[in-house]
Amino acid sequence: MSLFDLSITEVHKRLKAKELTAIDLVEESFKRIAEVEKDVQSFLLIDEEGARKRAKAIDEDIAKSEDIGILAGLPAGVKDNIVTEGITTTCASKILENYDPIYSATAYKRLLAGQAIMIGKMNMDEFAMGSSTEHSGYHSTYNPWNLDYVPGGSSGGSAASVAAGEVYFSLGSDTGGSIRQPASFTGIVGLKPTYGLVSRFGLVAFASSLDQIGPLTKNVEDAAHVLQTIAGHDGKDSTSANVHIPDYISALTGDIKGLKIGVPKEYMGEGVDSQVKEKIMDAMKVLEGLGAIIEEVSLPHTEYAVPTYYILAPSEASSNLARYDGVRYGVRADSAENLLEMYKKTRSEGFGAEVKRRIMLGTYALSSGYYDAYYLKAQKVRTLIKQDFENVFEKYDLILGPTVPTTAFKMGEKISDPLTMYVNDILTVPVNLAGLPAISVPAGFVNGLPVGLQLIGKHFDETTILRAAHAFEQHTEFHKQRAQLVRG
Amino acid sequence: MAYETVIGLEVHAELSTESKIFCDCSTEFGAPANSHTCPVCLGHPGVLPVINKQAVEFAMKAALALNCEISTETKFDRKNYFYPDSPKAYQISQYDKPIGKNGWIEIEVNGEKKIIRINRLHMEEDAGKSTHSEFGDGTLVDFNRVGVPLIEIVSEADMRSPEEARTYLEKLKAIIQYTGVSDVKMEEGSLRCDANISLRPEGQEEFGTKTELKNMNTFKGVQRGLEYEVKRQTRVLKSGGEVVQETIRWNEEKGITVSMRSKEEAHDYRYFPDPDLVDMVIDEEWIERVKASLPELPDVRKARYVEQFGLTDYDADILTSSKALADFFEATLEYTKDAKSAANWIMGDLLRYLNEEGIELEESKVTPKHLGEMLQMIEKGTISGKIGKTVFKEMLDAGKDAQTIVKEKGLVQITDEGEIANIVEAVIENNPQSVEDYRSGKQQAIGFLVGQVMKETKGKANPQLVNKLIIENL
Repeated sequence: MSLFDLSITEVHKRLKAKELTAIDLVEESFKRIAEVEKDVQSFLLIDEEGARKRAKAIDEDIAKSEDIGILAGLPAGVKDNIVTEGITTTCASKILENYDPIYSATAYKRLLAGQAIMIGKMNMDEFAMGSSTEHSGYHSTYNPWNLDYVPGGSSGGSAASVAAGEVYFSLGSDTGGSIRQPASFTGIVGLKPTYGLVSRFGLVAFASSLDQIGPLTKNVEDAAHVLQTIAGHDGKDSTSANVHIPDYISALTGDIKGLKIGVPKEYMGEGVDSQVKEKIMDAMKVLEGLGAIIEEVSLPHTEYAVPTYYILAPSEASSNLARYDGVRYGVRADSAENLLEMYKKTRSEGFGAEVKRRIMLGTYALSSGYYDAYYLKAQKVRTLIKQDFENVFEKYDLILGPTVPTTAFKMGEKISDPLTMYVNDILTVPVNLAGLPAISVPAGFVNGLPVGLQLIGKHFDETTILRAAHAFEQHTEFHKQRAQLVRG
Repeated sequence: MAYETVIGLEVHAELSTESKIFCDCSTEFGAPANSHTCPVCLGHPGVLPVINKQAVEFAMKAALALNCEISTETKFDRKNYFYPDSPKAYQISQYDKPIGKNGWIEIEVNGEKKIIRINRLHMEEDAGKSTHSEFGDGTLVDFNRVGVPLIEIVSEADMRSPEEARTYLEKLKAIIQYTGVSDVKMEEGSLRCDANISLRPEGQEEFGTKTELKNMNTFKGVQRGLEYEVKRQTRVLKSGGEVVQETIRWNEEKGITVSMRSKEEAHDYRYFPDPDLVDMVIDEEWIERVKASLPELPDVRKARYVEQFGLTDYDADILTSSKALADFFEATLEYTKDAKSAANWIMGDLLRYLNEEGIELEESKVTPKHLGEMLQMIEKGTISGKIGKTVFKEMLDAGKDAQTIVKEKGLVQITDEGEIANIVEAVIENNPQSVEDYRSGKQQAIGFLVGQVMKETKGKANPQLVNKLIIENL
């Protein structure tokens, strides 16, 4: 059995008992990377030297005192849109190929304070725009369950690295499903916290009103541990909520008797693969068996979520990505004759096709004369979508459905058809638009590819999500299966 | 056809907060280039703005002083445009919910009072400063100024002449300066002014096509630039042409305006609410607290000077034109009850000196205590008013108090009747012609004799006494 089959709690126990060292864990990680990375390609940067140095320091800490963080010594991956001081952060974009940050993201700092060890920076769709990690400016990442398939995105590297056992856990970011969808595609747990629970300071902005950092882990308990470490108010982020952070682990009681769960008919309707739907029905039976009360509900504005999202997110992105102009940092195109030409060349050469597409969409939507018809209208629909959820949450504790309408698709299958790719987000984007927390947990396989079950909770009610997901996990075996890196 | 000038001003003032509007960097002016910067104001990937509460309070204070309503719900928006001195390629500003709106101030031009309405007052961040390299090899950007908090005050198009515009700007400066929220120094760029100007046939309601005039860096420049533009537009219209809507630049050196960009080239700023900042709610209690902290403003102070000290409107106006001057005046009155005389000394000798030296009151060496004590000495007759002028000059130059100067220079007034009488007798004896003139009815001859006595005493004789003794002798 690999060390990577142990849960975070168990590793922690062994570290404290001195049966295991941080060096052992890091070496295990590098060994696994040496075996599988050529096939999975989840990393953009591997910091062997830094990781070994940190492991040594943490082992010294352990030798000196008993008091170590729950994540101490654990090899972790960090999505490359999370800023890490002194360690190149590219957002998988050519335009930031040479960007060495002069500061660190709050979430990353909290990981470090919790003594976790960052092994490297994870691949992603450029600037988190995409659902397959094929839009990385550097290379694709491959689904460990079947290397001919995409791992999902945009946190594809973060998800694949956990599924392939290269790291214990990874941090990802979720703007329209970018944690949950790859978690679903790679058979792991992915949690998108409530907007405002985890600081966005140092998360390179894609769509500021939707972005949120969260963990990708092998099981629910691990997700709770990582969330516990990174959650909490940050004075450097005006949208960070000043709320009490509960003890997530103690919420994992296994008791979900009487829990009221609504299943939106819109989430189980047309467009959802029938085999995926079956797995979700099976999951509902498991939860019912544990005493949960499951009823059908409606989120009537669901069909407008994707168009709404694809106006608002690109609008914000068009402004957020304007700073990559070649003036102060990052790559600057040479041989420009004047300022305007320098801007044009830098941005034409530096950004990939999907990023350019979204910048253009957003610029158009915000343009004078179109603003009311697009941006403003979309904001209004966003309010309606939020109200849909509020209505359901008046009577229900959780909302349940598939995370994605399908299992992972084949590499290259949708890359030339952005609209089909966008529609894949139908079950994840409403959650971001409403700022709610949601988790994806493994719920079975269809043709050898994982299916994810999505549980959506009330604002800042991560405990209920985690409790239900954990109870489900305790009564299923899906999360214990390991990807075999097959093809075909 | 006669044309009427229509002017509206957009005025930017830097708020004098310790730190920038969205990060902790210092706002100090004149520091080495790029020394007051951080990842946030440099617009690095992943950074977020956090509003400086003091900036909001200062903006509120200015808005209240300008009779604006305070928006209890306000927010920030992004103004998108590419320029090397704008690190995020957008400026955080306020679009449709400015912190202040519907204000007004009163100005007085040629004895006529007039209300100029203020459409809005909003907060925004300043940009960096581009300079062309002295080696001619490119443009350099200093980001120290990026993120310094600004307020922009937009007037209605209520001004009808360049002079009114200048007066409005001066009044605006005075009011903001009174509140203490900005240095309002045009030469340092902490006060900047753009103007919208158009002409319309007299009697016509509808506005003509306007031009936007930029780069007027002095009060005089504002008036001159506008005067030039009035002439230019008049010429265009009178020759049957049409004014083109464009942005133009005032060239102070050449005294002309130059076109910068046309309406077609105007930016589409694609304003939208900044999702990195939350909506701000300003409660009544906060507004009241800021209102209570406002000092007495120029108009009120002026009225009080007329009422309390019996000053003329004109004098009160000059004394209250800056808070420092008015404060100096009132501090002087702690040493003397003669307000009129204090006012005269301040408006006369003091202002003349500051003008000649080209310095601010704060930079001069004289203090209200020194001036007040000197006025006491004049009141008591220790020195004459004439000697006072010498003493005051020395005070300004050397920063010494009146007593010391008078002692050092031996300027104490001669009030001993016997001593003066001797000199008077000698003068009368030596100037028989003047004595003759006086006796034959030429009253002015006495002036000459007094002058001679003063000359003999180096100005130290008490003039009233000299006068009295001469008349007695004759």
